[in-house]
Amino acid sequence: MTQFGAFIKKEFFHILRDKRTVLIVLVMPVVMIILFGFALSTEVRNVDIAILAPDPDRMIEQIADRLDASEYFTVKRWLNTPAEIDQAMKAGDVQMVIAFGQHFSGNLLTPDGSQMQLIVDASDSNMAQSYASYAGGIISEFSRELAAAGEERGIETQVQFLYNPQMKSAYNFVPGIMGLIMMLICAMMTSISIVREKEMGTMEVLLVSPVRPIYIVVSKMVPYFVLSCINLITILLLSVFVLQVPVAGSLAAFGLVSLIYIITNLSLGLLISTMAQQQVIALMFSGLLLMVPAIVLSGMVFPVESMPPVLQAISCAVPPRWYIAAVRKLMIQGLPLIYAWKETVILIAMAVVLIAASLKLLNNRLE
Amino acid sequence: MGEEIVIHAEELTKTFGTFTAVDHISFDVRQGEVFGFLGANGAGKTTAMRMLCGLSKPTSGIGTVAGYDIVRQSEKIKRNIGYMSQKFSLYEDLRVWENIRLYAGIYGMRDREIADKTDALLERLHFTRERNTMVRSLPLGWKQKLAFSVSIFHDPAIVFLDEPTGGVDPYTRRQFWEMIYEAADRGITVFVTTHYMDEAEYCDRVSIMVDGCIEVLDTPRNLKERFEARSMDEVFHSLARKAKRTE
Amino acid sequence: MNAVTVENITKRYGDTVALNGVSFEVGTGELFGIIGPDGAGKTSLFRIIATLILADSGTANILGFDVVQDYKELRKRIGYMPGRFSLYQDLTVEENLSFFASVFGTTPEENYHLVEGIYKFLEPFKKRRAGKLSGGMKQKLALCCALIHKPDILYLDEPTTGVDPVSRKEFWEMLKQLQQEGITIIVSTPYMDEANLCDRIALIKEGRFMQIDTPQRIREGYSAPLWVVQTDRMHRLLGDVRAFGGVEYGYAFGEAHHFIAGEGFDPEGLKTYLRGLGHGNIVLHRGEATIEDCYMLLAKQ
Repeated sequence: MTQFGAFIKKEFFHILRDKRTVLIVLVMPVVMIILFGFALSTEVRNVDIAILAPDPDRMIEQIADRLDASEYFTVKRWLNTPAEIDQAMKAGDVQMVIAFGQHFSGNLLTPDGSQMQLIVDASDSNMAQSYASYAGGIISEFSRELAAAGEERGIETQVQFLYNPQMKSAYNFVPGIMGLIMMLICAMMTSISIVREKEMGTMEVLLVSPVRPIYIVVSKMVPYFVLSCINLITILLLSVFVLQVPVAGSLAAFGLVSLIYIITNLSLGLLISTMAQQQVIALMFSGLLLMVPAIVLSGMVFPVESMPPVLQAISCAVPPRWYIAAVRKLMIQGLPLIYAWKETVILIAMAVVLIAASLKLLNNRLE
Repeated sequence: MGEEIVIHAEELTKTFGTFTAVDHISFDVRQGEVFGFLGANGAGKTTAMRMLCGLSKPTSGIGTVAGYDIVRQSEKIKRNIGYMSQKFSLYEDLRVWENIRLYAGIYGMRDREIADKTDALLERLHFTRERNTMVRSLPLGWKQKLAFSVSIFHDPAIVFLDEPTGGVDPYTRRQFWEMIYEAADRGITVFVTTHYMDEAEYCDRVSIMVDGCIEVLDTPRNLKERFEARSMDEVFHSLARKAKRTE
Repeated sequence: MNAVTVENITKRYGDTVALNGVSFEVGTGELFGIIGPDGAGKTSLFRIIATLILADSGTANILGFDVVQDYKELRKRIGYMPGRFSLYQDLTVEENLSFFASVFGTTPEENYHLVEGIYKFLEPFKKRRAGKLSGGMKQKLALCCALIHKPDILYLDEPTTGVDPVSRKEFWEMLKQLQQEGITIIVSTPYMDEANLCDRIALIKEGRFMQIDTPQRIREGYSAPLWVVQTDRMHRLLGDVRAFGGVEYGYAFGEAHHFIAGEGFDPEGLKTYLRGLGHGNIVLHRGEATIEDCYMLLAKQ
């Protein structure tokens, strides 16, 4: 056991002395969270809108105030005639106009109801959809309150958002980033660090010693396991406190699945390292064979369901796909672990297969 | 050997923090001379050589190489010297002729000239059959010979050789030195470091560095007389034993 | 009893034959040198007897253990220093030593007496990272690490390549001391002067052992008529001597040139010839062959 201890101590020395790598490993999740959270956000925030109200009254003003008070919209202009809509849009002053029909408040009580139109600048269609649904959401909530107060029958909206009532994009990318970072650190770093020993010639010396090759390799996994756990906590804290994405389900279940995922990736790194002889090769392996599928096929960016069947089939072999799916269930939807049993079992099976394969390939000689 | 001075160093010094790697060294090398630059590991040879090649700026002192100032005209120096080291010499994954082509191209030689000189060179080295061989699969001694030929392919004024024969067997080392002589006969000044003391005997003059200073500089014959030694090996030992620093 | 018995080892890499039927024996406590150029197959041979690679054919028995079957037992007893510097550059001198001690399940203290003579050079730098040591120091540290488990046999693959003459000498003094401790040592080197310090040497070329014997007997076995010549114009001398009839093979040898005379060689005739070409201070005499001369002769054939 002292032998194994010495190996682990050595690994920690390697990592801690390589200040740049430690920094990258620890800061990367923070940067990614901030990047995705703010810069690349598809969220709606302070969008300029105009209100067209031929007959402005108290209710219209209330709705306008409600929209303005939200963090999503700023009421920039009030318009009087439909002709002005085109003008305001073309000038780029506003991205959306909320046009109230004539006698809006009065018509609310009639069987026909009143009319309201959302006119959106759809040059960015995704954003346009978001604006419309956000505004729709706010208005329907307002109308529900009115109905509850017994004042009117209300304005009906069809749009409903499950699990992510505020349509936060963070809900989407937090599981994705977790899947990606864990993969990078566990698989890539472990494999590179094992291959480095081959390249430096130290593997030669270690192989001539009575130490069992499996020790050499497993000792490499320990520090990266620790680093991944630190990252897991960092991401969790950041997403809860900075991005306000709470852990809806059981923290224990989430932690368990994450640990399994980390082990799966460490075994993947192990397998790569048994095959690659040079750091560059290990990097290419993990870069091309892991990173790209992890981003493209895992469901982090594009939903798996909308992929062509071939890609869907391939995506089954990509560990982050299962992890991300599990995290969505456990963290965002707040479902109990039993609902993620399939993902968990698949991740465990992957780990077992990978470890078995690498043990088979692990050589106790140089060639 | 000409009278013209092609390397001039005056009080050259390089410090790294509190550590003085090269400590006020002064010397001249004449055109066509084979100059041996000796010293123990860590005596400061590589640092001094880097300054002369324009790769590192001296902390103080003056140096000119091929008539150019080592601080202000380092780019001109690089055009007029050849450099070969034991560690980096040729691209292993390129063929013999591709390596030659590449280096000649770097020095701006014309295609016609390159083609003619390549044929002549391969002929001289008896390498014609290896023209399309990957450098990787050549034996070390052959690589070193080829690397040396490539480093003087553009007819530089001076060629710097950093331990060119490390790990090479005695037979190939001798062939290598005969190539050095040929280059010197063509007027190329050769500045060479080595750990083989029999090779020190082949130099016109040698300097021996100890702890960053040039301790002695003379012909091998004069040095042996002065130290009452039978070989350069003995001269080296009696000097290097004085070294204080081991780094 | 022999520490090493190697029989008919062959190793191929594709079309290249690295080792071509190598056989030799090394006695317990012997200092055995393998002398030859880069690419002659030395590293492959070390790797085979270190249990790192498998030979295509032939057998090797080290300390009574077969390198294929009993590799686990053997690895406890081997100290190996590969050709490249193979320690952890980012660990300090101290950390490297204690790490390698733990690898073998021991501590630096347990066998300290064995490395004491070497480690005293390193002691002042024990907090320094191995990557920042000079060439000579790195080799000493590598030797310490290879010795720390008190191996019965030590393999050193070109330990002194790129090391300055003073450090080389110190290194060989250490090897001699280790030999006193009863450790069998197999060392390879491209330096012919180091060959003289071995008990027996093998001259290897292109995967074959050309000669195995004591340095003295190898020198004595040199039968060609060797001459030494020196003048005041050494550069030109080599070409001039080679051009002289009756000189078969001439090469530079430190401050003098050596050559092998053929039949009907006339020493006085050579002197006259050289004087005629403008050489002065001519010294010409029969020479005694060194290992390097033996190597030069073998390399030429």
